Amino acid sequence: MHISPVLWQFLIKWLTNSALFPAEASTIAPWADALYFFLLLITIVGLVLVGTLVFGFAIRYRKERNPVATQIEGSTLLEATWTIIPLALFLIVFVWGALLYFRIYNPPANAMNIYVVGKQWMWKAEHPGGQHEINTLHVPIGQPIQLTMISQDVFHSFSIPDFRIKREVIPGRYSTVWFEATTPGTYHIFCTQYCGTKHSGMIGEVTVLTPEDYKKWTESSTSGMSLAQNGERLFASMGCNACHSGNAAARGPSLAGVYGSKLTLTNGSQVLVNEAYLRDAILNPSQHITAGYAPIMPTYQGQISEEGLIDLVEYIKTLQTNFRVHQTLTTSESNQAAPMTPGVVKP
Amino acid sequence: MDNTIVATHDTHAAEHHHVSLPQHRHHFETEEQQREAGTFGMWLFLLTEIMFFGGLFFAYLLYRNWYNPAFVAASNQLSIPLGTVNTGVLITSGFFMALAVWAAEVRKKGLLVLMLILTTVFGLGFLGVKYFEYKEKWEKHHIPGASFDISEFVNPPIDAKTGKPTEEPLAPDMAKKTQVFFSLYFAMTGMHALHMIIGIVLLFWYTARAHRGDFSAGYVAPIENFALYWHFVDIVWIFLFPLLYLINRHPV
Amino acid sequence: MSTTIVNLPDQKTATLPKKNYINAEDGIISWLTTGDHKRIAMLYLISITFFFFVGGIFAGLIRLELLTPQPDLVASDTYNKLFSMHGIVMVFLFLVPSVPATIGNFLIPIMIGAKDLAFPKINLLSWYLYMFGAAFIVAAMIMGGVDTGWTFTTPLSTHYVNTHVVTAGLGIFIIGFSSIFTGLNFIVTIHRMRAPGMTWFRMPLFVWSNYAASILMVLGTPVLAITLVLVVLERTIHIGVFDPTLGGDPLLFQHLFWFYSHPAVYIMILPGMGVISEVMSTFSRKRVFGYTAVAFSSVAIALFGFFVWAHHMFIMGVSNYSALVFSLLTMLVAVPSAIKVFNWAFTMQKGSITFETPMLYALAFIGLFTIGGLTGVFLGSLGMDIHLTETYFIVAHFHYVMVGGMLMAFLGGVHFWWPKMVGRMYPESLSKLSAVISFVGFNLTFMPQFILGYLGMPRRYHSYPAEYQVMNVLSTAGATVLGIGFLLPLIYLAWSLKYGAIAGNNPWQATGLEWQIQSPPLTENFVETPIVTQEAYDYEWLAHKTEQEVTTVG
Repeated sequence: MHISPVLWQFLIKWLTNSALFPAEASTIAPWADALYFFLLLITIVGLVLVGTLVFGFAIRYRKERNPVATQIEGSTLLEATWTIIPLALFLIVFVWGALLYFRIYNPPANAMNIYVVGKQWMWKAEHPGGQHEINTLHVPIGQPIQLTMISQDVFHSFSIPDFRIKREVIPGRYSTVWFEATTPGTYHIFCTQYCGTKHSGMIGEVTVLTPEDYKKWTESSTSGMSLAQNGERLFASMGCNACHSGNAAARGPSLAGVYGSKLTLTNGSQVLVNEAYLRDAILNPSQHITAGYAPIMPTYQGQISEEGLIDLVEYIKTLQTNFRVHQTLTTSESNQAAPMTPGVVKP
Repeated sequence: MDNTIVATHDTHAAEHHHVSLPQHRHHFETEEQQREAGTFGMWLFLLTEIMFFGGLFFAYLLYRNWYNPAFVAASNQLSIPLGTVNTGVLITSGFFMALAVWAAEVRKKGLLVLMLILTTVFGLGFLGVKYFEYKEKWEKHHIPGASFDISEFVNPPIDAKTGKPTEEPLAPDMAKKTQVFFSLYFAMTGMHALHMIIGIVLLFWYTARAHRGDFSAGYVAPIENFALYWHFVDIVWIFLFPLLYLINRHPV
Repeated sequence: MSTTIVNLPDQKTATLPKKNYINAEDGIISWLTTGDHKRIAMLYLISITFFFFVGGIFAGLIRLELLTPQPDLVASDTYNKLFSMHGIVMVFLFLVPSVPATIGNFLIPIMIGAKDLAFPKINLLSWYLYMFGAAFIVAAMIMGGVDTGWTFTTPLSTHYVNTHVVTAGLGIFIIGFSSIFTGLNFIVTIHRMRAPGMTWFRMPLFVWSNYAASILMVLGTPVLAITLVLVVLERTIHIGVFDPTLGGDPLLFQHLFWFYSHPAVYIMILPGMGVISEVMSTFSRKRVFGYTAVAFSSVAIALFGFFVWAHHMFIMGVSNYSALVFSLLTMLVAVPSAIKVFNWAFTMQKGSITFETPMLYALAFIGLFTIGGLTGVFLGSLGMDIHLTETYFIVAHFHYVMVGGMLMAFLGGVHFWWPKMVGRMYPESLSKLSAVISFVGFNLTFMPQFILGYLGMPRRYHSYPAEYQVMNVLSTAGATVLGIGFLLPLIYLAWSLKYGAIAGNNPWQATGLEWQIQSPPLTENFVETPIVTQEAYDYEWLAHKTEQEVTTVG
């Protein structure tokens, strides 16, 4: 920010307390607000300019003061002026907005992943450590959080106004958004895409905690099994083990370390293996056959819920070696941090 | 200075030879203006039809790109002989329509009526063939909906002579996508058939009027403009046929 | 010195012309089977006014519910139906046809010196299609309503609601053809039926604006039509083009829907801008500043308007590349509108300005459209849109352009051409009061909604957190005032049909061919086809002509 941080905070505090302005509770919020104030400024300037012209002319050239009008065809100079200046301003706004957009939708490398499943009319959040929440979200300050979201039915939209973030939650594919909370407190979560009868009831609260409080919360709200552990169970019970056993002669490719890697498919194309790819491969395997393998994997469309898919994806993310695949299930520490985003897993 | 209302000269009186056809609409200054306006209007309307079909073509291109193997397999279910026959039938009906326009312009009433009838007959022939094609899809459970059956795509029938499957078998999830192809097939050919039905209804009416002599005394605009519409419907089929029937076909 | 330019004939001796389009034929059947563009315009005026008030009642109920944070006035399903029907009625039954089908139909042939539109029967068909489609929508309402929002988002509309989506969708499909035929008629008329000497650059800017809007109507509406067909097919026979479980893509619906619905907003605003050009010129006694710039800006808006649709989808998962392209194009489409605003403002410079009611509406338009348009730039800016989209900021933005802009322009146009259409003047003091009431009410209703939007209040919400109540109460208070401002014209315009002052040919002493003929006009508009030698807004020509006698059929 180019204005004094003290002045800025004062302005924000005043606005927020007057209930006319949302709190700035994330790292990106001040950036969004800066753009907003710039836009407000050019709007006010534009309005004042147009207003002055109109009122000024209305008074100066009203019929009593100017009984005879002078016919003027136009002025190329003026046309150029009021074409180029607005265009320049709008292009500045475009660049600024684009930069902000990429900031909001590109998470940093160390973001902690939380899954959100939206359905009519509730939000289900799943922490990798196995904590499940409905219509609430507990997060620590100072830690970038990435939300990987999907809808079970219609379009929803996950919005935390005080963080200035929002993303559509779509059936059939993951969408992501990230934030880093700065101030402990509770803030609104809204569904902002009309989704039927209880659209305005699909709201919740994000509770931002200090790191110590967050640790306490994760320990006390765990269900005992992390997502990955659930996924391990599903991996066995749904028969994935049979082909993806990790043996050399197995019918399916080994999944050890596949998350984050670049995979070559039978059609020659290369893909980056992320959450979306893994989910798609489970549901539409025939379009995701690894090179060198036959297209024999059955589809699990209709046989597994979005939560189940999340569990499987989390499990596959943890697979560094084939060792775990042969292990029986054990309860382990339930507050493990999730693996990091692609690009960092494999050196 | 000119006064626009009390004009001092008449725009049409002595300048054109003024044979006023009964169909001359009086808000037009001249018949030429009326005819040009009518043709322009029809071209504009056809432009809207292009935009209308365009949405379907866009959806088709998108899904064909995403689900190519399913589209190939599903397209192979369509009968090329029947499609080719239909293409020939429709082009022939277009040919007769063009002859009808000529007949109207040279004021040959009998020929005009004959050409219009032939256009109609071939148009009906097209629809008849389509009926058989649709019926076959119904029997094979290839109509999208609850009773859609993908078994033929997962387990294609074996060719008696070679002992090999007639088609590449598809994985079940890809086989399910054949329903998208058939949805678009029925939507696109159905919309096309609807336009043909409308055209045929108009043809019946125009044939009756032609028989009455309405179009063989110099007033040819309706025939010309309808011909534009009919040719447009023809062109839509010329695009539909290769896109739907001829995916991935190779010479035998 | 008088502060008005109104010049009426001596009321003691003035009468309406003996022969005019209204009394040319008697009986309701003659109206229902007419080919006269003026009569069809009046049929449309009655229909869209009726539906405007239907949509307005829905709006009133919505604002009433939103007085309190709790969902206490109506059930959630009912509320959802209210805002859906409000949107459908206001967009398709009011805004899209508003200026083109009423003022455009009435005036475009006259403005270019023609006797009628190119295809009078198609014009009448267009009205019948409007009524037929409206009947479907009314049927949907009576049978229980639609609750998908006017945007029919899939898969909600195809698989998750059991309201009358098909009926409403078919209704909109039919109305779409009404719109297409109007646009087609206008384009052919403007190309082919201009009077001798009426070159493109001598036409009033109102004609240019409607021409641009007609291009959008003709090219854009068919895409909406096919989209609705696909939605109906998906709902009825379950083809899977939008269903992810069957391999379809709900985002495809979004692209197809917004491909029409964005140009639709330009269909809605461009004719209104045309009205503003005419009014600003007349009440400044001056030609419009930068005629060519304004004419080309209208066409530029129409052209660019086709390339920005995905700015309604920035957060829906379009690729970053798409987002960049559409945001940039959105910034570009904003520029021609800015050009027009400045040209209108400079039309006033060195003019001789009076402030009759149409001028008040035009001035209101300029201010409110500037706000509405600039808030559009907020939304076109990618990062800002993330926070603002799907909130009340969007609601405020589009109401500023649609109501503060378009509706004010429509009312201004109705008042401006009312004497021409019916031969009588409306009561000036009462109309000025109405305009001011509407302006105050409008700002009170919608300015708080910008604040609510930035606070994060989502749109289409039946209940909301308590801290948003103050702004909502202000908004509802404003809506009450606004409602009064809209009711008054209905009352006094109806009153003026019988008791208004006789207007004469040219009460505003305006240029334009429509002001050189009687009020109301003859069925065939002109006694003789005009030969045009004057430029548009040629006040010198008008001054010279006024010195001569003008004959009318009395």
